[in-house]
Amino acid sequence: MREFINGNDACALAVRLAKPQVISAYPITPQTTVVERLAEYVEDGSLDADFVHVESEHSALNAAMGASLAGVRTFTATSGQGLLYMAEVLTYSAGGRFPIVMLNANRSLALPWNIYGDQRDSLSLLDCGWIQAYAENAQEVLDLTLMAFRIAEDDAVRVPFMINSDGFHITHTYELVDTPAAEQVEAFLPGYEAGENRVDFDQPRNFGFSAGPAYNAAFHKAHHEAMLRALDLIPRVEREFADIFGRLYGGAVEAHLCDDAEYVLITLGSVSGLCRQVADTLRANGVKAGVLRLRYLRPFPDRLIAETLTGAKAVAVLEKDISFGGTGTVFANVRTAAPATLNVIGGLGGAGISAKQIADIFADLQNGESGVKWL
Amino acid sequence: MRLRPWPDKTPEWTAFEAGYLVTSNGDWRSVRPVIDKERCVECGLCYLHCPDGTISRDLLVDYDFCKGCGICAKICKREAISMRREADYA
Amino acid sequence: MAVKNLDEREFFFGHKACAGCGGSLAVRIALKVLGERTVAVLPAGCMSAVGFNFPQLCFANNAFITPFAATASVMTGLEAGLRRRGEKDFIVAGFAGDGGTADIGLQALSGAMDRGDNILYICYDNEAYMNTGIQKSGLTPPGAKTSTTPHRGSRRPKKDMPAIVAANGVSYAASASVGYLDDYIKKLEKAKSVVGVKYIHVLAPCPTGWGLGSDETVEIAKEAVDVGVWELKEYENGRWTVNRKPTRPQDLERHIDRQGRFRIQSQYQEDSRNGQR
Repeated sequence: MREFINGNDACALAVRLAKPQVISAYPITPQTTVVERLAEYVEDGSLDADFVHVESEHSALNAAMGASLAGVRTFTATSGQGLLYMAEVLTYSAGGRFPIVMLNANRSLALPWNIYGDQRDSLSLLDCGWIQAYAENAQEVLDLTLMAFRIAEDDAVRVPFMINSDGFHITHTYELVDTPAAEQVEAFLPGYEAGENRVDFDQPRNFGFSAGPAYNAAFHKAHHEAMLRALDLIPRVEREFADIFGRLYGGAVEAHLCDDAEYVLITLGSVSGLCRQVADTLRANGVKAGVLRLRYLRPFPDRLIAETLTGAKAVAVLEKDISFGGTGTVFANVRTAAPATLNVIGGLGGAGISAKQIADIFADLQNGESGVKWL
Repeated sequence: MRLRPWPDKTPEWTAFEAGYLVTSNGDWRSVRPVIDKERCVECGLCYLHCPDGTISRDLLVDYDFCKGCGICAKICKREAISMRREADYA
Repeated sequence: MAVKNLDEREFFFGHKACAGCGGSLAVRIALKVLGERTVAVLPAGCMSAVGFNFPQLCFANNAFITPFAATASVMTGLEAGLRRRGEKDFIVAGFAGDGGTADIGLQALSGAMDRGDNILYICYDNEAYMNTGIQKSGLTPPGAKTSTTPHRGSRRPKKDMPAIVAANGVSYAASASVGYLDDYIKKLEKAKSVVGVKYIHVLAPCPTGWGLGSDETVEIAKEAVDVGVWELKEYENGRWTVNRKPTRPQDLERHIDRQGRFRIQSQYQEDSRNGQR
């Protein structure tokens, strides 16, 4: 069915189809309407879940972690300051390998206060051990939400999953979205089996313990390797997804005209579509432009990036983020895989990014400019 | 309480068999409680008040885990428990 | 419940708490009363530090360490999840220290009380952050020396946690002491049968932090009740009942003086007389 809905509605619809048994969340703009929709679904009986009203984001994620420890599927959602307030619990739930799924409505960080979208919230928490995916539009938010449960809960992975959705640009923007039928989702997403990482009264366990220097690294190495397995799993899950829902995603990165591109712009999230349009226009004018959209930042698709960029003469990264005193976080990551030279910082605090500005980035690449440049 | 071997493999995540013990606490002790069965009336107060649960209901002391705190000797109304120098048992 | 009816099994055993630890006694007894279908939830603090060091895992039942501030919020999710899984006749019991309850964990507890979740929250109160080396908490009594109270020890009264939870309309609240285990056991039994938020605040002296011999824990906990510095009471149906009146209030001064943590006061007075302050 095609529905005219926004990104938050799309997420809530997908969550309802995934049937989590415990949902906990605390309101924050621009995430709020996701949890409002979910509360409505619980109210009208179309979603059979405990809806836990919490007094903070810290408690929202802790309640989700407790429910996951009990062995049920869980969902929470947050944004910006709320994500930072969860920070301690992000590393905790990831280290405990609880496959919680969370929507993060990307929002700028205070100070100065700002409710609009940029990606400083999630990118500043890239190292917390969660899978991080970045949607481009409402349809992808819906699809990623369904795939998130599959990937996070897979026996080979068991890592929590953060779906990032640009604040307002995706969360509140209405688009035509293909909404799947319950039978399709049932075929794609089985019920959650927690295995041994749950409370069991027949075989009691101790959870979340300390591990001193002798054992500590082994837990983190196992977590890291699970992340790497997730990277292999993503395209497999996407093919299965395509078989059932008819939409095929290109894996952890999505390349546009990159095969023979000389100038490649790497970006992520909602600005990617405009970047592709600009590249198409440049192509018509004889410039070999390409766009590489990063769909996943963790696990980091370094090999895919490197393979895509083998023929490129110059590479730029456009991101809504800055690591003060350094470069953009995405740029720093991309540089581990490919020799990107130009880092463009834009869209902070919800600022628009125009086609002209994007075309200028390609021009800068042709002129051999490098370093960090602010829009 | 029988001690278990140190695991040769780290679990995939922080979940492991409950109550798995690899070390004892008995060597913390400088004094040990000794129960005089003649005086003891089996009231169970020592069993009840031991923070480490090292006195069984039938009043046997688990010297592998007793830390020698002396709460049992103090709580005993019959003065049936004496704290003796560990050195004498070496 | 008489001693003979108590579960003989030990559910908290082999831990590395200091000899004579009151907190470990409070946890041990509680689990014997609550039984094997209890999930113990512990934040950072003494009991998690001494009980959960892989591979030495000292809880015989299901148990989980939470982030410091998260005892109540994890309990909420756990209770909801277990109920959703179709589990019945289980207890989700939290064991948080005084700092974990009255300071960093108070907000999450407030949330749980607001929701009226079906959980049992036990605060084992040893009156300071003992695990990290005796720092002042919101439940450190006035006059007690800690490693973070440079001006003549703690200057403020204890937060009145039992009153705070009662004001939040919990289903059941009680104060207890490891010096009166029969009373504590009765309250645990009662809490077991009540639906909603149950809160038991048990005074659990720390010989290390209080400046006492390891054999004095139970005696001092009993004495605190007898001289009137700690009241045994319970809150049911909107009313408080005092369970035990102080029997020897005249011994208050002796009770204070025997604890090393209060000795700073007499030292201060002596220094003042000698003109050193």
